[in-house]
This record gives sequence, structure tokens and C-alpha cells, in this order.
Amino acid sequence: MKFTLSWLKDHLDTTASVDEITYALTDLGLEVEEVSDPAARLSAFTIGKVISAEAHPDADRLRVCQVKTDEGPLQIICGAPNARQGITVVVAKPGVYVPGIDTTIGVGKIRGIESYGMMCSEREMELSDEHDGIIELTSGEVGEKYTDWLAANDPAKVDPMIDIAITPNRPDALGVRGIALDLAARGLGTMKPAKTAQIDGQFPCPINVTIDDDTRKGGCEIFAGRLIKGVTNGPSPAWLQARLRAIGLRPISALVDVTNFFTYDRNRPLHVFDAAKVTGDLRVHRTLGGETLTGLDEKPYTFSPGQVVISDDSGVESIGGIMGGLSTGCTLDTTDVFLEAAVWDTVQIAMTGRALKINSDARYRNERGIDPAFNMDAIDLATQMIIDLCGGTPSEVVVAGEVPDVSRAYRLKPARVQSLVGMDIPEAEQRQTLTALGFRLEGDMAHVPSWRPDVQGEADLVEEVARIASLTKLEGRPLPRAQAGVPKPILSPMQRREQMARRTCAALGYNECVTYSFIDRASAQLFGGGDDATMLANPISSEMSHMRPALLPGLLQAAARNQARGIMDMALFEVGHAFHGGEPGEQHLLASAILIGRTGPKDVHAGGRTVDLYDAKADAEAVLAAMGAPTKVQILRGAQDWWHPGRHGKICLGPKKVMGVFGELHPRILREMGIKGAAVAFTLWPAEIPLPRKAGANRGAAQMPDLQAVERDFAFVVDADVEALTLVNAAAGADKALIEDVRVFDEFIGGSLGEGKKSIAVTVRLQPLEATLKEADLEAVSAKIVEKVTKATGGVLRG
Amino acid sequence: MDDLRQTYIDLIANAPDEATLEDLRLRAVGKKGEISLKMRELGKMTAEERQVAGPALNALKDEINSALAAKKSALENAALDERLRSEWLDVTLPSRPRRAGTIHPISQVTEEVSAIFADMGFAVAEGPQIESDWYNFDALNIPGHHPARAEMDTFYTHRAEGDERPPHVLRTHTSPVQIRSMQDQGAPIRIIAPGRVYRADYDMTHTPMFHQIEGLAIDKNISMANLKWVLEEFVKAFFEVDDVELRFRASHFPFTEPSAEVDIRCSWEGGTLKVGEGDDWLEILGSGMVHPHVLRSGNVDPDVWQGFAFGMGIDRIAMLKYGIPDLRAFFDSDLRWLRHYGFAALDVPTLRGGLSR
Repeated sequence: MKFTLSWLKDHLDTTASVDEITYALTDLGLEVEEVSDPAARLSAFTIGKVISAEAHPDADRLRVCQVKTDEGPLQIICGAPNARQGITVVVAKPGVYVPGIDTTIGVGKIRGIESYGMMCSEREMELSDEHDGIIELTSGEVGEKYTDWLAANDPAKVDPMIDIAITPNRPDALGVRGIALDLAARGLGTMKPAKTAQIDGQFPCPINVTIDDDTRKGGCEIFAGRLIKGVTNGPSPAWLQARLRAIGLRPISALVDVTNFFTYDRNRPLHVFDAAKVTGDLRVHRTLGGETLTGLDEKPYTFSPGQVVISDDSGVESIGGIMGGLSTGCTLDTTDVFLEAAVWDTVQIAMTGRALKINSDARYRNERGIDPAFNMDAIDLATQMIIDLCGGTPSEVVVAGEVPDVSRAYRLKPARVQSLVGMDIPEAEQRQTLTALGFRLEGDMAHVPSWRPDVQGEADLVEEVARIASLTKLEGRPLPRAQAGVPKPILSPMQRREQMARRTCAALGYNECVTYSFIDRASAQLFGGGDDATMLANPISSEMSHMRPALLPGLLQAAARNQARGIMDMALFEVGHAFHGGEPGEQHLLASAILIGRTGPKDVHAGGRTVDLYDAKADAEAVLAAMGAPTKVQILRGAQDWWHPGRHGKICLGPKKVMGVFGELHPRILREMGIKGAAVAFTLWPAEIPLPRKAGANRGAAQMPDLQAVERDFAFVVDADVEALTLVNAAAGADKALIEDVRVFDEFIGGSLGEGKKSIAVTVRLQPLEATLKEADLEAVSAKIVEKVTKATGGVLRG
Repeated sequence: MDDLRQTYIDLIANAPDEATLEDLRLRAVGKKGEISLKMRELGKMTAEERQVAGPALNALKDEINSALAAKKSALENAALDERLRSEWLDVTLPSRPRRAGTIHPISQVTEEVSAIFADMGFAVAEGPQIESDWYNFDALNIPGHHPARAEMDTFYTHRAEGDERPPHVLRTHTSPVQIRSMQDQGAPIRIIAPGRVYRADYDMTHTPMFHQIEGLAIDKNISMANLKWVLEEFVKAFFEVDDVELRFRASHFPFTEPSAEVDIRCSWEGGTLKVGEGDDWLEILGSGMVHPHVLRSGNVDPDVWQGFAFGMGIDRIAMLKYGIPDLRAFFDSDLRWLRHYGFAALDVPTLRGGLSR
């Protein structure tokens, strides 16, 4: 919402400076976004007088002028046709920035003669488009600041413009008078009386107005208007044009400018029809659907059923409260004008405006709420202004519907300001504040002014009082602890698990990424997603069309971007949610990591190598352990098809309890995601890890037997597809009390063993608990181990 | 006997290597060594003679054995010194490479914020990122036609043909977690709710996904003055300064009343932000007293309970605190960025150890 200082002063009698006003506005909740003060940037221009002007010896159109200034006479070369002896001019001396030509004046030679400044036109100072010659002032003393002269003689040219952001609850501040009221309540001046007008109609209005029965409710409360005949439309007066220009509006014609004036002055959108182009009467009704209209913005609109429009006998002529139609719009030829003031349903305006994608000043105000009680006064005030500017004779006013009753009152409880906000404001001051804002106090009931649709309860009264008193003055007051003493832990077990996963991955050398929750459909489909349930209706781009079904596609895209920048080896991870459906809650926490390329750069120790799935497995196990997962797990196959079919494993507690998957990614996936080189990954499901059963921190006693442990090695020849874990579990099962650990230390495939065979060597660690092992004991357990392994795997002890 | 002693002591002292030393041992104290043979002769002596010669021979044997051991150790040390003289490595060669992982600034700052609020008794709450429009809007006093809905650039989820339910939304703020938490736990309640939020906007300073942290405190007599204190304490702790001035500006959010935008006093010099000094004001969050409608949505009686809520951008305060210039880079996963702005794995922010290094 833009306005100028002089416009504000139409309503507010104040001596406050621009700085004081802008500070108060922001503090009141009318946040100042921009202040443009023409005087500030033109403050270096001064008035001078041309003492002599002689022709330039080497240029026909240039004159060499001697100009009297506050710094003595200056020689200035000037090309303006009106540069001549005796005129009073505006001078930019060397060092002054001239905005219209974006140049700082220096001393220079023009066609061989030195020039010490510039005499300016209005355009060069961005005061207007006037550039026929340099400014000739009718008064002014040499050395006087030009801005001072303007302030005294042409104040509109140096009128500061203020732009404020309006929160949706404050439609009243979409009119300059509403802003003035806030400032007056704050104590920055006093309100000037509002203008009034009483226009008596000279004849019955030839155009009648009606509202369809189904359109009153949720459509149009009141539709009023009158004809003014015999007007002379033309450019509006300079003061009005200057005002509109100052706030960024283009003056169009007196009739249209009057409506724009009321839009900004009083938050009161109006519409003017060219009565000669209206056929018959005006009827407010809902559309059936399919009707069309070309708007004042010259764009075609087609209506859906139920939208509220104004029609005459020939069809739709205006989109009620949003935009008029081009065919009945006023032009410079208009002689009879029909002036409309109506109150529309805010929700209807918002929905129709959104559906038609029209962002007009009228929609903006009508959907936030105008002052309905002002409707009939607005007609007379606008009529008066039209007659003043364009002449004409007014008809009587025709009305359909009635002004809605928005009166309501809430109890002012002075103690609420203290209990809710924590400010001490005497009751008398609270009442005074509300009164200044237009509330009417009857006992302890505060009647809400008709222009404040936002005030809907007692809390709003508190808000108004606190806002005007200034929240900046609020003093903090300690919030006592909810419970005395040492604060209790606040993280849930899952939140701690998430943190452990994150910090363990980082400790293992992975860099944490935060990638977007939405990805492109093709990538989503590679990872089991990309269906319509997880699709956005209005994605910002096709690269971000679907909620991610997994974290891996985002990480792989990140890896591809890094490879494109020349970083080929990397370890990336992310902990975050993936989406398995489109309903709230259809999301699950994942921790995923990828290893790409080599374990490290080439190095002098010959240590680097290509990453493999055992790297991913080790890290997956470490992160699971950090999250508190049991160490006794099953490794199963058959995870999703983005893993290499033979080179991945699921870390499970039973076939349906999958805590994680590790392995190589499918080469086809890597190709489609544009990854170069080897890539292994793991994904963990933190929620699948069982919560610890025991309560309390006690860990039980440590087992540290005094007896010597014994290690024995065994090598078995088995079929090549026998899994090591089967063999290990069989060996460990030979004597669960005695066998502490079984470790695979060698795998040998083919060679002398023959096709389809391999050798797996394990070290079995035996920990006696009661007595030292004798040779006979060792032989017995060894035999048991061989027997168990043979039974489980069909393997034989290698000779 | 003194001659014998001197002879062997000299020989041992001059032995050049361990083999010579072994020869000397055999010659002196071996089974047939000179001293052993002399000891055999003790039997032939008289008791008186034996009483003198016996201890002397034993002492001599001990002395020779000690000398042998000492010389052996000396020879070994000399050999070791000799070997080590030839053993030399270039210690300026690089160590074995080890990957250094990092924690993303968003994770780090989220933990910093929760460490501060944990001390004030705020638990961490979470909620779904795909929300119903009721939780995201209506429950928060933003009805369907409210201009704030249009201004929020909401992402909607797809609805199949014939599915007439209103589309779900990607939550535009973390505020729905207020409603869910009140419904689950009732009052009194103190929570913060960090998480991802979404708005359909992408330019120099906006990304379609960013992070917010919501705060909610409901009790019987919590006022806006308490809110101001909590935020003052938070800002001081988070930016690690002794004092900072907060400015509460009246504003409007549908879900709070009164509402205030909060600015902190700061200075910008050469692109560096200093909190708590200077003449500039920096807007960091929105806040207010929870609107009665919102309390009712959470099944909390507004005639009994009241309290405050606030919301701020995690990415934004991370940028301010750590001088990170571009929001978009947060989500680009450029390794150079991750390594530069990331945090070490064990740099867990705590109040007792400090939030940042």
C-alpha cells in the first residue's frame, strides 16, 4: 500500500517527520517496505541565475553561459534552446549526481570550452517527463536549495512516498484514512474531520438495479448506484494525477481517476459504467457457466457456474467487485456515467478472483473487506467529486439489497492486557486507545467500528491496546521451569537413534547431504515410486514432481553433480524421510549412504582400492550397532530390484524384519542416474530396530574367565554357492557354551578344488569356563564342529 | 684366585661378540669350566680350608655370571643401536588417507536449538510432511478463502479423477505440529518442532523446501512477556553473545493474537553480521499468543489455558550465525560446500561445552 506524506496529511494533522511516521507505522504492524523521498536525492541542486549567454564559437546550438551561484559565477555550456540571459535556473555543480541521466557532474571541456556544471530540466531530475528546455523558475534566490523552493511552490514534486506491507487482517489500512487513524491513536497527530457530501438526485435513475435471490447470500449484500448525466470526461486535474503517479498508478481520465482515488483514499473500490453502452437495467446474478467477458485489462474471461457478475440486457458487463468490462468502460467520450458502490461477499470475491487469476486493486480490497457502513456515503462523496471535476447532473440513487449489519461488541477486560501480554496499561488509557481507533465504549462493552472486520473477540481488543501502546516496550519476564531441578531429557528413543545414525555416518567418513524431498518421476520410478499417490498437483518443475520413495536417488543425483565437477570418489549420506504414499503419515525415516569410486585417493602406501560391498556392509553394521541393533542377525537376499541381484544382502531379524540393506547398486540404475565407476550403498530403517527391553542402566557383570582360550583353524571344501554364514552358524552351534566366536579368515574358489567348489577357512575360539581344555576335549569338540558343518553344508574337512 | 678373577673379568670386558662371550662362559663356569673344576676340589679340602674357599668360589662364580650377563646385554644394545642406525623413514611422507565425514549445518543447528530449548523444558515433537489442509490451514485459523492461503504458495498433492476430497498439502509451516501435539498431550505443554516445510517458490533467496522450527508453550498463566524472555534467552544462547536487544513489532498471523515479528539488534560490516550491536535490525522470527481458535483445534480449552508460539527458519539462522551466503547451496550437496560448512562428527552441541567451536 503506497501513499504520500501530503496525502496522509489530508487526514492527519501532524508535525511528525517522515522518520517518526515510518518508525511508528512499522511498530504498529504496518511494516514500512520502502520510503522514497525525492527531496533527499535532490538536496544538492541549487538555484542560480544566468548572467550572460553567448554563442559557442565552435557549435551552433550551444551557448556559453555565466551563471551566478552560491559559489560565485560558474561557466556552464548549455544546449537548451531557452538558455538565455536573466532566467532563474536549477544548477548541478561538479560532484552532484543527476538521477535522470545517471551521471555525476564533473568539470569538462565541451567543444574546447570548459564547463563547470549543468542547468537541469525536470526530466533530468526525474521530476517529470518535461525536457523541452531547462527549468525556468518564476521566483527563487541564488543559492537557495531547489528542494526548499519546491516545498514552498510545488510541494507535490517533493512529496515523500511511503510503501507499507499490509497483513491480511488490516483492510482498513488499505485506505490512507485508516493509516492516519492508527497514527493518531499512537499520538502522532489528530484526525481531520472526514469529508461529507449530501447530493440530492435531480431525476429518477433510468437504470434500475436488482440482485437475484440466490445471489444475495454469499454474493452481493448491497448494490447501489446512480446516473450522472452530461459529464465532460477528460484528464483529471494535475494534483490528482500527481497523487496517482506518486503511488505508481497511471492517470487515465477524470472519471476513472476518481474511482482510483477512493480506492486508495478510503479503501473504497467503486466502478463507473458508460451509461450509453449499458442496455437496459443492471442485474447482479450468478453465472450459469460459459459466459464470457472482455475485462478492462482487455483480456477475455470465461465464467464457471456460480460466479457473481453484473449483466445488462445484452449480457455480462462486469465481474462484480473484481473488474469491469471493456465494452461498458468509460472513455473520454463518455457523457453519462453510472456510478456503482456495492458490498460483496469476501469469500466469493477471493474464490472468483483466484479462479479467474485477476489481481486487481478492487479484488484485493473486496476480498479483505471494505467498510460496508460507508457504502451510501461513498456514492455521494464520489458523485460530488465527479460533478466538481466533470460537471453533470446526478440522478436519484437506486439500491438493491441492503447495507449489512456488522455491529458487534466485546467485553473489555482491562486485566487481560496484563495476563495475556504482560503490560501494565491503565484502564483509562485502554479505553482511550480503543476510542481513538473508532471503537464505541458503552460501559465495559467495546463496539467494533464497521471498518475493522478483523476484530472478532476479546483477544483482539487486547491486541489493539498492546499494539497502539507498542510491543517494543514489552519487558521480558522469566518463564519458570515447568519442573524444578535438573531438566529431564527431551529426545525420544527414535530421535536419539536418528542423531546416532547421523553422527556415526559422519564419524565413518561420510558427508551429510540434505536433498530435496521431491524428485523427478523417472528417478522415483527407478526406486519403486513415481506413482500418482505421491505426485504433486503443482510441482515447481518436472525435476521436482514426486515425493521421494527413497533417499538413494537424491544421493545419486548429488553424486552425479559432484562427478560433473570432477570429484570422482565420495561418501555421502542422508538421514531423512521417504514417502510410501500420499496420506499424512505415509512417510518413514531412512538412513542411506553411498560410496562411490575408490576408498581414497592414490597414495604412497598403495592403500586405496575400489569400494566394494563389504565396505558398505561394515559401515551399515557400525551404524546399526550405534543405533542399538542386535548383533545376531540374518543376512538374506531378495531386496528391491535397484540392488545388484547377486551382490546385496538384507540385514534381518527374521524374514520380515529388515533393518537394512547393503550392496552394490544395479549397474542399470547407475547408468540411468549417470554415475561413473563403482558404487555401493546401504539403507537402514531405524524404526525396525527393536527398542531395548530392559529398563534401567545396569549392564550386568562382565564375563572374564581366568582360563586360557584356545583357537583352532578348520578349512572346509563346500559347493561354491554355500554361504559362509551358514557354515559359521553350524560351527558355532557345535558347542554353544564353549565356542565363543567363529571367524572366517580365508575363502578360496576353484583351482585345485575343481569347478563349483570353494574352500572356507574359519578360526574357532574356544573359551573354557570351568576347567582347562585337554587334548581329548579338543578332539571331541573338533569332531562335533566337522559333523555339524558337514550336515549343514555338505562340505568336507579339507585334507 | 684373584688372578683367575682378573683374567676372566678382563676377557669378558674385551669380548667382541656373543660367541666369544659364550666360549668364555663355558671356560669359566661351564660344567668343565675352570671355576666349576675348582669347586669340585672343595671336597678334598679340610673343613677349615673349605670354610674359606667355598664362599670365595661362590662369590667368584656369581661375579663372573653377572659380568657375563652385563656384557651380553651391552653387546645386544650395541647391535640394536647399529641396526637402528640404518633404519630411517621419510616421516614427511603423507599419512594413510582417511575420509573425514561432516554433519550438515541444518542438522547441527537443529541440535543447537534443541539443546537450548531442552534446558527450558521443551520437548522435540514431529509431524507428517504431507498434511491435510485442515491441520495445515483450518485448524490454524486459516479458512479456505483466507488470503494467507494464496500467499503461502502451497504445494498440493495430486488427486485422482473422481476423488473429490480436498487435496493434501506439503506442510507450508511446522505449525500443524502444534495442533497434533496438543491433541496428543493436552495442556500444559512445551514443545519445539523442527522439520522440513515446503512452498512453491524458487529464486535467489527462496527454495521450494526449507526448514522451520516451531515453538509452543501452553500453561495457565504464560504471557507475551514470557515469550519475549524466552526468545531473548534463546537468541543470546544461540548467537553466543552476552546481551542482545529484541524488538517486538506488532504484526499479524492468523494463528496468534497478539502477533509480533521479532527483530534483533545487529550490525552488518563487510558482509559480516554481528548480533547485539550496531544500528540495524534483523527480522528473525514470527511469534505471538496462541489464538483461541488454535487452542480449540488442539482440544485445549482457551478459557483455562493460554500460551505462546513462535516459528523461525533453521536455514536462515544457520546462514546468519555461520555466514553462509546462499540458501540454494544448502540442498545442492556440493562436496566443497559440505566440507567447508559441515561440522565434525563429534562436535555435538551442548550447553555445558558450548554450541560452536
